[in-house]
Amino acid sequence: MARTEKKKDVVIVGLGWTGSILGMELAQDGLEIVALERGHDQNTVPNFQYPNMIDELKYGVRLGMMQKPHNSTVTIRRDVNETALPYRSLGSFLPGIGVGGAGTHWNGLNWRPQLSEYRLRSHVEERWGAGIIPEDMHLQDYPVTYDELEPFFDRFEHVAGISGMAGNVKGKIIEGGNPFEAPRSREYPMPAMPTTWDGAKFAEAAKAAGCHPFPSPGGIASQAYVNEYGMQMGPCNHCGFCERYGCYNYSKSSPQTAILDALKRKPNFEYRTEADVLRVEMAADGKTATGVTYYDYKTGEEVFQPADLVILAAYQLHNVHLMLLSGIGKPYDPATGEGTTGRSYAYQMNGGYTLFFKDEHFNPFIGTGANGMSIDDFGMDNIDFGREGFIGGAYWRSGQTNGQPIRSMSLPKGSPSWGAGWKEAVGEWYGHSMSIGSHGSHMSYRGNFLDLDPTYKDPLGRPLMRMTFNWNPNDIRMTQFMKSKMEPIAQSMNPTSMQEGFKKEGAMYDVRPYQTTHNVGGSVMGADPKTSAVNRYLQAWDKHNIFVLGAGAFPQNTQYNPTGMVGGLAYWAAHAIRTDYLRNPRPLV
Amino acid sequence: MRDVPGLPSRRTFLKASAASAAIAGIAAVPAKAEQKPEPVALTEYKPDCLKPSEWAFVMAAVARLIPSDGEGPGAIEARVPVFIDKQLAGDYGRAADWYMQGPHDAAASPLRGWQTPLNPLQIYQKAIPFFDEWCKTTHGKIFAELDAETQDKALTSLQKDEMKIAPELREFFTILLANTKEGYFADPMYGGNHGMEAWKYIGFPGARGSYKEWVLKHNKPYPLGPVSISGERA
Ligand SMILES: Cc1cc2nc3c(=O)[nH]c(=O)nc-3n(C[C@H](O)[C@H](O)[C@H](O)COP(=O)(O)OP(=O)(O)OC[C@H]3O[C@@H](n4cnc5c(N)ncnc54)[C@H](O)[C@@H]3O)c2cc1C
Ligand code: SF4
Repeated sequence: MARTEKKKDVVIVGLGWTGSILGMELAQDGLEIVALERGHDQNTVPNFQYPNMIDELKYGVRLGMMQKPHNSTVTIRRDVNETALPYRSLGSFLPGIGVGGAGTHWNGLNWRPQLSEYRLRSHVEERWGAGIIPEDMHLQDYPVTYDELEPFFDRFEHVAGISGMAGNVKGKIIEGGNPFEAPRSREYPMPAMPTTWDGAKFAEAAKAAGCHPFPSPGGIASQAYVNEYGMQMGPCNHCGFCERYGCYNYSKSSPQTAILDALKRKPNFEYRTEADVLRVEMAADGKTATGVTYYDYKTGEEVFQPADLVILAAYQLHNVHLMLLSGIGKPYDPATGEGTTGRSYAYQMNGGYTLFFKDEHFNPFIGTGANGMSIDDFGMDNIDFGREGFIGGAYWRSGQTNGQPIRSMSLPKGSPSWGAGWKEAVGEWYGHSMSIGSHGSHMSYRGNFLDLDPTYKDPLGRPLMRMTFNWNPNDIRMTQFMKSKMEPIAQSMNPTSMQEGFKKEGAMYDVRPYQTTHNVGGSVMGADPKTSAVNRYLQAWDKHNIFVLGAGAFPQNTQYNPTGMVGGLAYWAAHAIRTDYLRNPRPLV
Repeated sequence: MRDVPGLPSRRTFLKASAASAAIAGIAAVPAKAEQKPEPVALTEYKPDCLKPSEWAFVMAAVARLIPSDGEGPGAIEARVPVFIDKQLAGDYGRAADWYMQGPHDAAASPLRGWQTPLNPLQIYQKAIPFFDEWCKTTHGKIFAELDAETQDKALTSLQKDEMKIAPELREFFTILLANTKEGYFADPMYGGNHGMEAWKYIGFPGARGSYKEWVLKHNKPYPLGPVSISGERA
C-alpha cells in the first residue's frame, strides 16, 4: 500500500550534520521542507542524560547509538575476484542512526585540509611530474579552490562551535597554533581546550625534535558559547565518554547542540523519523527527480513524498547506495573505468605508537573526543613525494579520549591475554600508558569502489551495497614513513617500553577492529562528468534537482578527519542553491 | 551553561549527579555503598538461559580466565558468570542487531569478521559440549572437573585451536574471553563487576564523568573512588 504525502519544496534524506545544515539554510528562504530520518528521534534530554549515557557496555561495546547491521549494512570484499561477505556486526566503521546521525557520537576533531589537498593532482604534476603517480591511482583536484571555500569553513566552525588555537590568520603565523594550516580569515570561535598529561609530554618531545605542536582543534566547548542560530553550548567536563556517546552536557558540537532546536522552531520545517528512504523517483524525461519513496516504520507502508528539490544527506555510504538504487549517475565499472557512481571509494590510513611509563599517572578517564596536542610537520604540504616515494601525509595527535576499561586497556607486548598474568598486568599498567597517533590520507584507486551486491538484501528488499576495498602500497609506504619519523620522537620520551601499530607491506583490510568512520568518495565532486558524479556545487551531473552532500564528494581522502570539509562543503552547496539555483533551477555547470 | 526552560536546571542536575563530589572539590569521603541486599550466591543462582552443564563450564572457565588469587577480584568474586548468562539471554546472545541472513561462509578468513550462521548463545551451546568432549578424550574429564593447571592447558589449546573446532564455532574462545572481561569491567547493573571491585582495583572512577578541574593536574593520581550508574559508591 503506498500513500502519497503533500508536495514539499525540498525533501532532505537523513537528519545528521549535513541534513541539519541544509534544513536550516534553506528554511531561511521560506521553502517548505521535510527531512526524512530513518532512525528514532533523539535529543540531549532525555536521550543523552547523565548518568545513563555514561555506560561503556551499552554504547561503547554494544554500540547502542550506531546503525544496526540487521537493518542496514554493506558487503565487503578485498578485490573483484573475492565473493563479498556481509559486514554482519560492526567493527571497522560505525555509521550513525537517529536524529543527529554520526554527528551525535563523533569525536569532534575538526580540520580544514591543507592547501595542496584541494589541487592534489596539479600539485603533484607541477612539482614532480605525472610520472610519480601510480598507474591505478585516481588522483584528482577538487573543482573548487580553498579561497572559494574559506568563508564556508569559517561558517561551519562558528555554527558548530569549535575550540582551537589559530596558527595562520590571513597569512600571519601565530606562535602556538598550527603554522601549516591553510590561512583562516579569523580565530576559532573558542580558545583551545587544555590538554591532559599525555598531550603535554608529546608536545614537549615534538618541540625538542623541531616540530610545531598545537592544541588539537575540536567541536568541544572550552567555554560558554552561543552561535548565530542562538544555540548554546556549555564548557566541557572532560567526562571521558565522548566518542560513541551523545554528550550529556551540551558541550559537544552536534546537530542537537548547534542547529536542531532552532530549526524545529521554523514553521516551514518538518521532520519525520522512522522514515527510511528506499529510492529517489525520477520524472519521465529522466532529467529531474520528482521526490522520494520511503518506508514508514510507524505505519508499515511505503510513502511517496513529492518535492522539487532532493537533498541526499544520508552519510557517504547511504548517499551512494541511494544513487545506485535510484539510477543517479552511471554506476562505475572497474573493468572499463567508465561510470562515476561508486567510483573512488577511499578510507583513512592510521597508525601509532603506545608508550608505557611505569611511574607516571595519566588518569586516562579524563578525556574528550578531540583532546590533546597535534603536529602537522608531516602533513602533505611538507612532504617531498618524489623523494619519499608516496603521495600522502598525516597529522599526529596525542590526547586520550577515554579510560573505559573494556575497550581501552593497553598492555605491554608479551602480557598474557588472560589468567593471573593478565590480571596482574591490568593492575600494573592501567593508567600508565599513552599513545601517539598518525592520522593519514588515503588515495583512491581503480580497484576500490562501491556497487550493488548481487546476493544479499536488507529487510526492506534493497540489495546491499558492495564495498570492494583493500590497502594499497602507496598508502602503506606513507604510514611506514610516519613510523620512521615517529619512532625517534617516541624514543626520546624515555618510556619504560613502547610498541608500534603501523600497517606493513601486504596488509589486508581487516573489518574487525575499529579504524575510522571516515568513509569517503563514491559520489566524487569534479570538473569532468566522466570522472565525477556531482559538479562543483554537489549537484548531480545528470539530474539537476538532486544535490549529494557528505564525504562522498572527496576525490581521495585528506589526511584529516572529514567533517570540517563536509560541513564547509554543505554551506558552500547551500549558498549556491540559495543564491543561484532557486531563482532558476537548472544544471549550475 | 544557562538553565534552559523546560529542562532540568543545571543545579538540580549537578545535585542529582553522582559526580557532584568531584565538581565541588569535596575530599573523598569513603562513603559506604547503600546497604543493598547481598545478591544470591552463584551456586544458588538460577540462570536465565544457560543449562546446568553450560553454567558449570562458564563458572569454571571464567575462574581461570580471571583467577581469584593475587591482587584484585577474580571473575567469580566479580560475578562474571551472571553477567554472561544475562548477556546471552538478551539481544547480544541472539545477535539481534546483526545481519544474519545467508548465504554464510563460516570458513572465510577471520579478517572478514563474523561469518558464522550461529549467534553467540548458539556458539556457547554448541561449543561447550564439543570442548568438554575434547577435554574428556585428551585429559580424562570434562573441563569443569579438571584441576586448575590442566584447565589452563585446555584453555590454551582452545585459544590456539589445537582441537580444530568447526569453523562455525571458531569465535568461541574469542567471545568467551571478551564476555568475561566485559563482565569484569562493565557497570554493576549488568550483573558483573560486583561492588565495583574491578574498577577499584585498576583505579577507574566509573560513571563520575566530570573532571574539569583535574585536566591540568598532570601526573598526579586521581583520588576519588568509583561511582556506578545507579549511584553506588566504593
Ligand atoms: C565514532 C565516530 C567518530 C567520529 N569522529 C570524527 C571526528 O573526530 N572528526 C570528524 O571530522 N569526523 C568524525 N566522524 C565522522 C562524522 O561523524 C561524519 O563525518 C559526519 O557525521 C557526517 O555527516 P553526514 O551528514 O554526512 O552524516 P550523518 O551525520 O551520519 O547523518 C546521516 C543521517 O542519515 C540517516 N540516513 C541514512 N540512510 C537513510 C535513508 N535511506 N533514509 C533516511 N535517513 C537515512 C542516518 O540515519 C543519519 O542520521 C566520526 C564518526 C564516528 C562514527
Ligand atoms: S568529553 Fe566533554 S564534550 Fe565530550 S561528551 Fe564529555 S562533556 Fe561532552
